[in-house]
Formats: sequence, structure tokens, C-alpha cells
Amino acid sequence: MNLLYFAWLKEKTGVAKEDLPLADGVATVADLIEQLTARGGGFAEAFADSSIVRVAVNQEHVGLDAKLNDSDEVAFFPPITGG
Amino acid sequence: MIRVQEQDFDVGEEYRRFCAGRTDVGGVCMFVGLVRDFAPIDGADVSISAMTLEHYPGMTEKQLADIEAEAQSRWQLDDTLIIHRYGRMEPGDQIVMVAVASTHRDAAFEAARFLMDWLKTKAPFWKKEETKDAAQWVDARESDDTAAKRWEKK
Repeated sequence: MNLLYFAWLKEKTGVAKEDLPLADGVATVADLIEQLTARGGGFAEAFADSSIVRVAVNQEHVGLDAKLNDSDEVAFFPPITGG
Repeated sequence: MIRVQEQDFDVGEEYRRFCAGRTDVGGVCMFVGLVRDFAPIDGADVSISAMTLEHYPGMTEKQLADIEAEAQSRWQLDDTLIIHRYGRMEPGDQIVMVAVASTHRDAAFEAARFLMDWLKTKAPFWKKEETKDAAQWVDARESDDTAAKRWEKK
């Protein structure tokens, strides 16, 4: 998977993008967040409150129950504040 | 048409280009969003010196195109235009512009409002505001969600 982080998720994790193979036992976005949170440090801080984290898979807004494939582009960002 | 760009735009020029060569249009409704010099932070209005808009290249264009297509499927429109900027801007600067051309004004007014309400909750942009002391990411507003919800199909 190609993972992307925006706004304060990028600042807290210290990462803008990374390649991460889909691990065994990771089926949904919620599973992936659990895996990333387990890294600790800035990742644990960024995902501490998943109610304020929004997710897009292949550039479409999705919920935490969305299924993942190894070829997906998965983006994490705060609620949108444009316009 | 969708444009996502760092540079400023000229509303008069955009309007002229939008209408050029068309005699079937009955009205054009335009909205231009500007950078304000104050923002509510922790319940009180604080002076803002600048803001930076970050976005998600690729998804931004995709979401704006979807929003535009949705407007065109809901109303009888002759043409639509969405311009959204990213990067650093100062108070008074233009951030966003939508224009809608239609045979009748009701469709133009409603579709312009729809485009703004939907892009504020669906197009991946994030504002970071600078005060004299610090820079901080803007929290999403409940009022924006409420505004977008009014357009949900029952």
C-alpha cells in the first residue's frame, strides 16, 4: 500500500508518505490504524483519537470499516477545512 | 471546469471567459471566498496574519470533479466553474471561486450554494492559520457539516 499523511497527521507522524505491504490480519482501515498506532511515538499520538481522523482509499472518502488491498493508496487526514 | 492552483485569479477575467460566446445563458451566480483577518480560536476572535492551505493533489481534483458532476445532475445548468487555491495567503486574498450559469436564476443560486457547501466538507483542503504567536490547524466546523447535510438526498 501507498500511505499518505496530511496536515497535523503528517506533522505528528513526521511522515508524508510511505510504502507498507498489507500485513496478515490487516483487513480494514481500522486494522491498519491499530497497526500504525502500535508503532508508538508520533504515530500513537496522531491516531490517539480516531474520531478526528478521516481516511480516503484510492482518493474516495471511506469509513473505518473499509476493506484494504495491497495496491491501495490510503490517506489519513483531519476533517476538511477548505473553502 | 475545475482548477486547483497556487496563483491568484482575476474574477472579472474569469467571468468574461466563462460567458464568452454564449447567448443561451439567463444568469450567472458567483461566489468568491476570501481570507479573513480574524478567526475564532478557543471561543474568542483572534487576529490572523496569514494562512496556508494544504491539499491532497489528485484527490482534490477528483472530488471537485465529482461535486461539479453532482451539481450538473441535480440542476439544469449551462456551465460551472470551480477555482480553489492552495499555499500561503494573507487577509483579503481570494481563496475560492465558484460560478454557475443557467437559464434561470433559481438553479444558479441553489447550485452555487451547493458547490460551496459540498466542497467545504468533501474537497481535501486543510487550513493552518498564523496568529502573531503561533500557527495552528483549523478545526472543522459543525456549521459546515450542517450546511452540507441540507443537500443530502432523502
